[in-house]
Parts: sequence; C-alpha cells; structure tokens
Amino acid sequence: MLGFHGVAGSREAVLGWVLLVVAMIVTLVVSLLVLAGAWRGRTSELLPPQRTGGGLRWIVIGGIIVPTVILAAVFVLTMVTQAAVAAPSAPPTVTVQITGHQWWWEVHYLDRSPSRIAVTANEIHIPVGQPVRFELVTGDVIHSFWIPELGGKTDLIPGQRNVMWLEADSAGVYRGQCGEYCGTQHAKMAMSVIAEPAGKFNQWLVLQRQPAAAPPDPDVAAGERVFASSACALCHTVRGTLAGGRLGPDLTHLAGRRTIAAGMLPNTRGNLAGWIANPQALKPGSLMPVVPLRATELLAVVAFLQSLE
Amino acid sequence: MATTAPAVPAPSLHEKLLRIWETPPGLFGVLATVDHKKIGKRYLATAFLFLLLGGLEAAVMRAQLARPDQHLLTPEAYNQLFSMHGITMIFLYASPILSGFSNYIWPLILGSRDMAFPRLNAFSYWVFLVSGIFLYSSFLIGQAPDRGWFAYAPMTGSTYSPGLNMDFYALGLILLTISTTVGAINFITTLFRLRAPGMSVNRLPIFVWGTLTTSFSMLFALPALTVACVMLYFDRRFGMHFFDASTGGHPMLWQHLFWIFGHPWVYIIVLPAMGLMSDLIPTFCRRPLVGYTYVALATVATGILGFGVWVHHMFSTGLPAMSTDFFSAASMVISIPSAVAVFAWLATIWHGRPVMRTPFLFAAGFIVLFVIGGVSGVVTAAVPFDWQVTDTYFIVAHLHYVLVGINVFPVIAGFYFWLPKMTGRLLDERLGRWNFWTMFIGFNLGFFPMHIAGLLGMPRRVYTYPAGLGWDTVNLISTIGSYLFAIGVLLFLINVFWSLRRGRVAGPNPWDGPTLEWAVSSPPPAYNFALLPTVGSRHPLWEERLNEPGSRSRITEGPALVEGRETLGVSPLDAQANEVLTMPEDSLYPFFLALSLLVTFYGLLTGAWALAIVGGVLVLVMTVGWLWPSAPVEEASP
Amino acid sequence: MTTAAAAQRLPVDAGGPGATGAWGMILLIVTEASLFVYLLFSYFYLGSMARGSWPPSGPPELRLALPNTIILLVSSTTMWWADAGIRAGRQGRLRLGLLVTLALGVVFLAIQLAEYRGKQFTPHTNAYGSLFYTITGFHMAHVAVGLIMILVISVRGGLGHFSERRHLAVTNVTWYWHFVDVVWLAVFTSLYLSPRFL
Ligand code: HEA
Ligand code: HEA
Ligand code: HEC
Ligand code: CUA
Ligand SMILES: [Cu+2]
Repeated sequence: MLGFHGVAGSREAVLGWVLLVVAMIVTLVVSLLVLAGAWRGRTSELLPPQRTGGGLRWIVIGGIIVPTVILAAVFVLTMVTQAAVAAPSAPPTVTVQITGHQWWWEVHYLDRSPSRIAVTANEIHIPVGQPVRFELVTGDVIHSFWIPELGGKTDLIPGQRNVMWLEADSAGVYRGQCGEYCGTQHAKMAMSVIAEPAGKFNQWLVLQRQPAAAPPDPDVAAGERVFASSACALCHTVRGTLAGGRLGPDLTHLAGRRTIAAGMLPNTRGNLAGWIANPQALKPGSLMPVVPLRATELLAVVAFLQSLE
Repeated sequence: MATTAPAVPAPSLHEKLLRIWETPPGLFGVLATVDHKKIGKRYLATAFLFLLLGGLEAAVMRAQLARPDQHLLTPEAYNQLFSMHGITMIFLYASPILSGFSNYIWPLILGSRDMAFPRLNAFSYWVFLVSGIFLYSSFLIGQAPDRGWFAYAPMTGSTYSPGLNMDFYALGLILLTISTTVGAINFITTLFRLRAPGMSVNRLPIFVWGTLTTSFSMLFALPALTVACVMLYFDRRFGMHFFDASTGGHPMLWQHLFWIFGHPWVYIIVLPAMGLMSDLIPTFCRRPLVGYTYVALATVATGILGFGVWVHHMFSTGLPAMSTDFFSAASMVISIPSAVAVFAWLATIWHGRPVMRTPFLFAAGFIVLFVIGGVSGVVTAAVPFDWQVTDTYFIVAHLHYVLVGINVFPVIAGFYFWLPKMTGRLLDERLGRWNFWTMFIGFNLGFFPMHIAGLLGMPRRVYTYPAGLGWDTVNLISTIGSYLFAIGVLLFLINVFWSLRRGRVAGPNPWDGPTLEWAVSSPPPAYNFALLPTVGSRHPLWEERLNEPGSRSRITEGPALVEGRETLGVSPLDAQANEVLTMPEDSLYPFFLALSLLVTFYGLLTGAWALAIVGGVLVLVMTVGWLWPSAPVEEASP
Repeated sequence: MTTAAAAQRLPVDAGGPGATGAWGMILLIVTEASLFVYLLFSYFYLGSMARGSWPPSGPPELRLALPNTIILLVSSTTMWWADAGIRAGRQGRLRLGLLVTLALGVVFLAIQLAEYRGKQFTPHTNAYGSLFYTITGFHMAHVAVGLIMILVISVRGGLGHFSERRHLAVTNVTWYWHFVDVVWLAVFTSLYLSPRFL
C-alpha cells in the first residue's frame, strides 16, 4: 500500500490494514473449510441420499456469533478512526478553495481582504505540520478531490460547498487525481500538493499574490502582445497584463509550476510549445482549443509564459 | 438411476395433452408461443449473448489498459465501452439470465404446467429483447451511453452531454423496467397460485425463495430507477430542472434515487443464484441442505436489509457523519445473513459426501469468490477506508468478485446442472473441469490484482494511465487473466455446442436430484406433468431413501386435466388445491405490443412526436385486443 | 384434493379475491404506489435542500384543487357502487355506475387542466415547477389510463360480459380506480396541504 504522509491518511491506512488482514483471515479460513470439506467426504459415485444429523452448530457459531463479534469490533475501530480524522488537531491557519473544472483544478488561497487572495491552478502549496482547510466547489460537473497519501476523497458537487482538511507531516510533493468520473479527460485530471516548511510556503504565497513582473526583454514583450491580442486572453488571466479570461487556468505565475495541463506534462519549453501548438493532440477533448499561431508568435508566447516566475 | 420412476404417461394421454399444449411449428408458433420452457430458453440464450457482448467490450478495454499511455482507443470510445459494459452486464445479462432459469425451472420445480400469466411472460421476454436492441442501436450512430452505469448528474444533462447518448440510457432503462416489473409480478403470482398441492411455503426450494425475494425487491426498487430516468429524460428533452442546482434542483437527488434502486438491485441479481447454489450443493453432497429455515430466512432478510444500505455508495459526498455511520453499520449487519448462507453450505459439504462433478466444482469456487467479494465489501463499508478506495480499482475488484463470483459462476454451474434437463444431453465432464479451472484461475489472476491497483491509488474509469506510478505490472497481469477467463467462457460455449450433438443422453434425473423438475423426462413435454403431482415434503424424489416421518409425495398419480389448457390453482400459503385454472392460448399480442413500445420509444428518443403518438395508439390497441376475452365469455364459466 | 376425481370437482376459474387476475392487479398497484412514493420523496428532498422559500411561488391555491379532490372521491364511491351492483347481478347498476364514474373522471381531468392554465409557473421555471407538473402529470396519466379501463369494461358490460359470478375485470378496475384516488390524496396532501403546515 502507499506510503502515507498525511495525518488523516495514515489513520485511514492503519484502519485499512487491520480490515484487510481480517478480510484475508476470513477468506483463508473459509477457503480451507471448503477444500477440506470437499476432500474429506468425497465420493466418485452419486450415493443414495441420507441425512446425517447435526450441522446447525456451524451456522450458529460460524454464521452468526463469530461474524457478529468480528463486525462489531470492526465497526468500533471504524468509528474511532472516523472521529479521529473528523477534525484537525489545531484550527487551520490556511484556507484553500478548490474549484473543479473539466479537466483541471482552480486554486484560491482565501483571505479576508480580496486583494490578498492568491489564484493558481493544479499545484497546491501547503505548509508542513499544519492542518489546512479545503473548501471544495465545482464549476461544472462532479469531481472528487483526492491526495491518496494525505487523505481520502471528498466530492466537489454543484450546489454545495464541501469542507475537508489535510495535514502533511513531512515535506514533499504528493500526487493527487480526480476521484469521480467527470467526462472525456477524467483520466488526465491530476494535481499535486507541495508540502514545504512554513517560511518557504509564505514566500511562495506572497509571490503568488503579486501581478506578473514587467517584461524584462523585447521578445517577452512581443510574446505578451501576442498573448493579449490572440484568443489566449479570452480564457486566461495573467494579472498585470491585459489578459483577463476566466475559462482557463490563471497563468500569472505559470513558470513557477512543475507541470502543465493538470499534471500531465513537465513544465518545459518544449512541452509548453507542444501544448500551445496543439492541446487536442496531447489531451484530446480538453477545453483548450487549437489557436492558430505563426511559429514566431508561438515561440514568443512560450518565452512570455516562461518569464512568468 | 435410483429414483422415483418418472411419470411416464400412457401414450393416449400423452397424445391428448400434446395436442392441447404444443405450439404449432412455423413463424406463428415462434412469435406467439407462451410456453415457459421456450421463453426460458430464449431468456438464457439472449442474456448469454449479452454476456459475450459485454465481455468483448471488456476485452477491448483490457487491451487498452494492458500498458500505460496506450492509444488503441480514444477517450470517447473507452468511455462508451466501459459504460455499455456495465449497463450490459448489470441490466441485460445478470438479471435476465436468472429470469431465464426461473422461467424454465419454476413451473417444473413447483409441479405446475406454466406460469400464472403465460402471455405476460412472453411479453416480458419480448420487451427485454427490444430494450437490448434499443440500447445497442446507439452504437450504430456512435452515441452509446458514456456516463457510466450509474450516470451521475449533472454530467448526464444536455449541457455536458449534448448527444443522444444519455437519452438512449434513460429510455432504454425505462423500457427494461417494464419487462422486469411484469416478470416480477408473474413470478410472485405463480408462486402463490400455481404450486403443486401440498407444496406449502416451508417446502419451497431455496432457489424459489431467492427468485421470490428478488421479485418483491424488484417491485419496490425498480420504480426508483424509473422515476430517476424519467426525470433525466425530462431534464434533457423538455428543459426541466430536477438535477440542476442553479434552479432549485440538486444532483444528489439522482444519487439517492439511483442507489435506492441500485443497492437492492445488486442483491436482486444474486439471490436467485445463491438459491440455486443452495439447491445444487445438497444434490452433489447427497444430503438435504443444513439449516433450510436459516437459509430461507437469510435470503428474505438480505432482500429486506438491501433497502437500507444505499448511502454506502455515497460516503464521499460530504454527508453528515450521522448518516454515513448508520449506513456503514447497516452494511455490516447485512453481512450476517450472507454469513449464515455461507456456513450452511460449508456444513452441507462437511456433513455430506460430495461428488466432484463440474456443477459442484463451480459451486465450491463460487463460495470462495463470494467470500472474497463479500469481505472486500465489508472493508469498503468502513467509511474512512472507503474515502480512500471509493472509485478506485479496489471497488472494481469488489464488484467483479461479487458479480462474477455470485452470478456468473452459479450461472455456469446452473447450466451444467440444468442444461441436460433442457436438451436431454449431458455436458462433457473432462472439458467441464478444464472449463472450471481456466475460469477460476483466469478470474483470480485477472481481478485480484485490481485490489492492489486500487490500493496503489489507481482510479476507475480512466481510459489510460501514466507510467511510473507502479500500476503497470498489475494491469498487465489483469489483462492476461481476463483473457484466460474469456477462454474459459469460450470452453463453456464449446462444451455446450458439443453436447447438443454428442453429449451423453441424460435421462430424466442424471444427478439423482430431489426436486420435481427431475421427475419429468428431459427435455420435458410441452405439458410438463401428465398427472399433476402432489408434494409431501421438501425432497419429493428422495423421500423413500431418506425415509423420514411425515406425508409422502405422489408423482405418478393425480389429475390429468385434459379439457383444454388447464392446471391447478392452490391456496397461497399451505397450497391446498382450490380451483382449476384455464390457461391462455398462444397469442401474437405480446410480440406486437413489445414492437409498438419500441416504436414509441424511438419516437421519444428522437423527439419525433408523431411517431411516438402512433406507437402509443398501437400500444393501446394491442393492450385492449390482448385483454379482450377470446372465447365467448358465457362458455368459459361453468 | 389430489385424485383426478377430486380435481374435477374443483371450480374452474373460481375468480374471487384470490384469483390470479386479482393478484396481478394488486401487485401492479403495489409497484405503482412505490413509484409515487419516490416521486413524493423527490419533492420533499428538493424541498429540504431548497435555499429560500418552498414552494418558491407559495403554496398552490385550493380554489380548484379542493372541489376536484371531492369529485374524485365521489367517483370512487360510484365505482364501488357499480362493482357492488354487478356482484349482485344488477347489470343496470353496473352500467350506470360506470358511466357516472367515467363522467366524473373526465371532469376531474378538465378541472386539472384548467388549473394548469391558471398557474404562474411552468415546468421550465424551476425545479419546483418541474416537480409540480411531473407529479400531477403522472397522476393525471394514471387517471386517463383508469378512464380507458372503465371505458373498455363499460363496453364489455354493455355486451353483457359480466354477471354476479363473473366480474373479475370490473373488480380489478375498481381496485385500480380506488388506487388512483388514494394516490391523489397523497399528492394533494403533499403538494397542496403540507406547505401550509410545514
Ligand atoms: C453482486 C452484487 C453485490 C453484492 C452481493 C455486494 C455485497 C456487498 N457490498 Fe457491494 N457493490 C456491488 C455489488 C455487490 N455488493 C457493486 C456492483 C458495487 C459498485 C457499484 C459501482 O460503484 O459501480 C458495490 C459497491 C459497494 C460499496 C461502495 C463502494 C464505493 O463505491 O465506495 C460498498 C460499501 O459499503 C459495498 C459493500 C458491500 C457489502 C457490505 C456487501 C455484503 O452484502 C457482503 C456480505 C458477504 C460477506 C461478508 C461474505 C460472507 C460472510 C462470511 C464468510 C462471514 C465472515 C465475514 C466477516 C466477519 C466480515 N459494495
Ligand atoms: C455481471 C457483471 C459483470 C461481468 C460478468 C463483468 C466482466 C468483466 N469485466 Fe466488468 N464491470 C461490471 C460488471 C461486470 N463485468 C460493472 C457493473 C462495471 C462498472 C462499470 C462502470 O464503471 O460504469 C464494470 C467495470 C469493469 C472495468 C472497469 C472499467 C473502468 O472503470 O474503467 C473493467 C476493467 O478491467 C472490467 C473488466 C471486466 C472483464 C475483463 C470481465 C470479464 O469477466 C469478461 C470476460 C469475457 C467474456 C465473458 C466474453 C467472452 C468472449 C468470448 C468467449 C469471445 C467469443 C465472443 C463471441 C462469440 C461474440 N469491468
Ligand atoms: C477557449 C479557451 C482557451 C483558449 C482560447 C486558450 N486556452 Fe489555454 N487553457 C484552457 C483550458 C480550459 C486549459 C486547461 C486544460 C486542461 O488542463 O485540461 C488551458 C490550459 C493552458 C495551459 C496549461 C495551464 C496549467 O497550469 O496547466 C497553458 C500554458 C495555456 N492554456 C496557454 C494558452 C495559450 C498560450 C493560449 C493562446 C495561444 C491559450 N491557452 C488559449 C482554455 C483556453
Ligand atoms: Cu474531474 Cu474526474
Ligand atoms: Cu451497495
């Protein structure tokens, strides 16, 4: 089973292991009884039927008493675990709102003052050793938020705002994936949680709040113009530029992300170019269309995106 | 074979009854017959064909999943395949195949001449066939249902699913529920009215208990599916808002309605199979079932409790702990009746002298698979653990262990057991063993690794997966195992077709079975019993040899009822004969009524209202024509 | 009661409450009833989930619905009267009773449609609208089916198909009609009355 690094996750893992062991024992016992029984009395001919007494004890003991005891124990353990993972040890300091989209994740770091809300996509940074509160909503259909190593699933359902919490007990990058079938590209709706020391996390958060830096050099500036003047800007936001579209992921700090297209591709120059040139080839059915760009424009846009630290 | 001599009627009587009961050959006969044996065989053949189709779909899926990042299938194609695979297996195979056995066996095992409503029986088959055709015709325009077999809103709404795909789903399932519902009504009435005199409820074979429980569950569960599908169709076609959160609807309404139907349904498609096992195991252990009463009660209890656990499919939807805990507990309680059944079978084996014939092999395999599937169910009933495994391959493993384990294996066992009764020829034993071991090994090889894939975090319903997550090997093994399993199914087909020609002649009672179906020749004559038997115990054909106190059954004497198609009606519980029932003649109405329904539903599908109305009128005409008394009424009454 | 001789003495198609036909109808009613249970479940479920007032447009008014309810109740008694009539072999009562019931049923449908016309909302307005029209519509469909059944047995009654010994069809249709009536009471209580008290 997976290595677990989440407070909730590891409690669930313990429960899981206990359950699985019980299950295997039960299976083993019954299977052996079948084999032994069949072997013991086996005959090659259909003998005349006869009723040998007894047997009811099997049902009473094996069928009623033993299972009842085991199940009662299992249920108690279940309740205990559930109570344990129900609420975090300390009140969460960070609240992240996750919005599911076909087929990517929109991430908001909520804050009382709207100006301090940070927006990103598909990669969620959290501080190690602190419980983080997640508010789950969806922009379209049902998805399910799931970081196996940190904790179980909670669905994102239209018309309701589900709340859960996660706490990573050690730094690292944890892969997550959409847990509820949500259409064509449900298979490629991944994400990752990056758990890092509080200091590092806070730096990151501060950076995310900033608008994009002004273009350092002319070809980046050119790229920005292409981006803003072409269809890109209709769907993508790059804060600090004219691009304010809301249909696609916020790209303001794209260059800071490890992957693109919901965890599908490493965020390299080549992949960026390939993705922008033809997203449908890489992720058929994705809601990002092919936007016709001349080679020079494409390279400029890539340069621009790569400048978005 | 040492057994009560089968009731071989005097030739004259035989001739007379045949003239009354046999359907004329030719097209009319084919379309008009109401003989439960013909209808039963059609059910079995059709449902098995759907198993092959669903299996082929699965085979393609497994090919795509064999390695990471493959491109045999587009995502759209894969999504249609896995959805139709689930729909086919659950709706068009698992339930109808059991209706097939029940249809064929019930009147024989109950000592009657037909079902209570023979024409309704024919109708129920035709509608089943028609709904299968309706659902599969979606492939012709490349718009098969693609939202999974439980089709969660809002992804099924016209916004996110503009094609006809989900209209096929909604309407196809409504059509199928018609067939299933009338079938259930027929079984219940048959049981309470058309048994052999003396077959009081405490003498019913467990197989009958299973189908009876199932039929009642259907009456209460299916309407939930109908309502859900009607709402879905209305949302899609007429822009209503049942599942649309932005205008007062809610997607969770679908989930509740679907699973209120869905969980009872999963027991509906196994209880008759478990019942079949409870009758088959004793036959091959040469002793009566241990704890008959316990098992009968467990069957009924499972059916009832099955209505109280549906939320265990919705643990991750953010419901309050209060309710999830309740349904978690209920899901564990429901394991007790299953445990009772399992240990009744074990006791029967231990206290009997088992004979290793193929049917018994499959029965033994079934017990093991049932337990594996069962305990994996209990494991997922633990809420916090379910948060991890829900919608992963762990669930895919669970559902196949239970479905294939408690449905497919008993069904194959049932074929080895009863096909000789239907065809008069035995299947081959050696090929049978090969058949069992390929299926058993193939199945476990194919599906056990899915538990691991699930625990390694592999979600279900993904058309492909990236390499390097540790899922590659398990998936490759799964694929290999699946193909081995498919070969096993193929071996079974070969055995069947081989036996039709060369199989050893079975004789009336090849397994020296205890129940009434073994008292008539194989295959049975159109009229089943020349002289309607009387039952004195649970094991009419074993009585002498068990020689236990109590009354004795009469197989070789009884009323012949030769004034037209007649059989005995009895009192519901203690089965006292209280009237002679005249049974209907063959009729074309059921067939044409089913066709009219098909026309109507294609009209609804495409929004061709004119067509729908024409169909509706036809339906009306056919129904009235059907119910209109054929014989001048005065004569019919004494 | 098992030897051939004895069997010949059994009544043929005795009919009566235990008749197979009756079983069929009763089981049909059982499953139809659960259909309406699920429809009303949906109504209350969405009601419980609703933000803001439920029903959004306030409780539906009783001006037409209440009299209509009474009409349907009356039609149930006339149906019972017709059935009791044929049991007593009174052909006249059967025919009259059926015709009156038929008339009342048609009036019920007419009034129901009139009420639809006066509604401020449509099935498309919101989920409540969808529920209201679907549930009442389902019920109206059942009324219509019941009326067709009554029409058919009226004709058969005219042809003298029924007698005091032989009236299973009439009894079945009566059962069905009572069922349609009871369902209406459930629908009426849920959709029209419950918003006033809950
Ligand atoms: C053949 C039909 C069938 C049967 C019989 C069962 C039986 C059971 N199922 Fe299963 N189930 C399905 C078909 C079935 N299931 C399907 C198709 C799905 C997936 C639907 C989908 O999402 O596509 C599903 C999903 C499913 C879930 C939801 C998982 C999820 O989606 O997150 C759960 C959760 O509680 C569950 C539980 C159970 C339980 C507790 C039983 C119990 O009835 C099992 C009882 C039997 C035993 C326990 C074995 C015998 C007992 C003993 C040997 C005694 C000793 C045992 C113990 C002490 C534990 N099932
Ligand atoms: C009774 C029910 C049943 C049965 C028997 C099966 C049988 C099989 N199932 Fe299925 N399965 C389901 C019910 C069933 N399944 C359900 C309900 C789902 C959930 C769907 C959903 O998520 O919505 C599912 C989902 C499901 C998945 C998950 C898909 C996904 O989540 O992405 C997979 C993947 O491996 C799978 C595989 C298989 C395989 C390999 C078989 C094998 O056992 C099949 C073996 C092959 C055959 C039986 C056919 C043999 C073919 C021949 C012999 C060739 C000859 C053919 C002709 C002559 C025509 N099934
Ligand atoms: C019609 C809307 C639309 C247009 C136009 C569009 N995109 Fe996108 N874009 C999306 C969506 C939706 C996604 C998320 C796709 C997915 O992951 O499934 C996306 C994803 C991306 C990503 C990956 C983001 C991440 O964090 O994974 C990049 C980079 C990107 N788009 C760049 C561009 C560029 C450059 C253009 C213009 C040439 C463009 N997009 C035009 C909708 C659009
Ligand atoms: Cu989002 Cu699956
Ligand atoms: Cu279930």
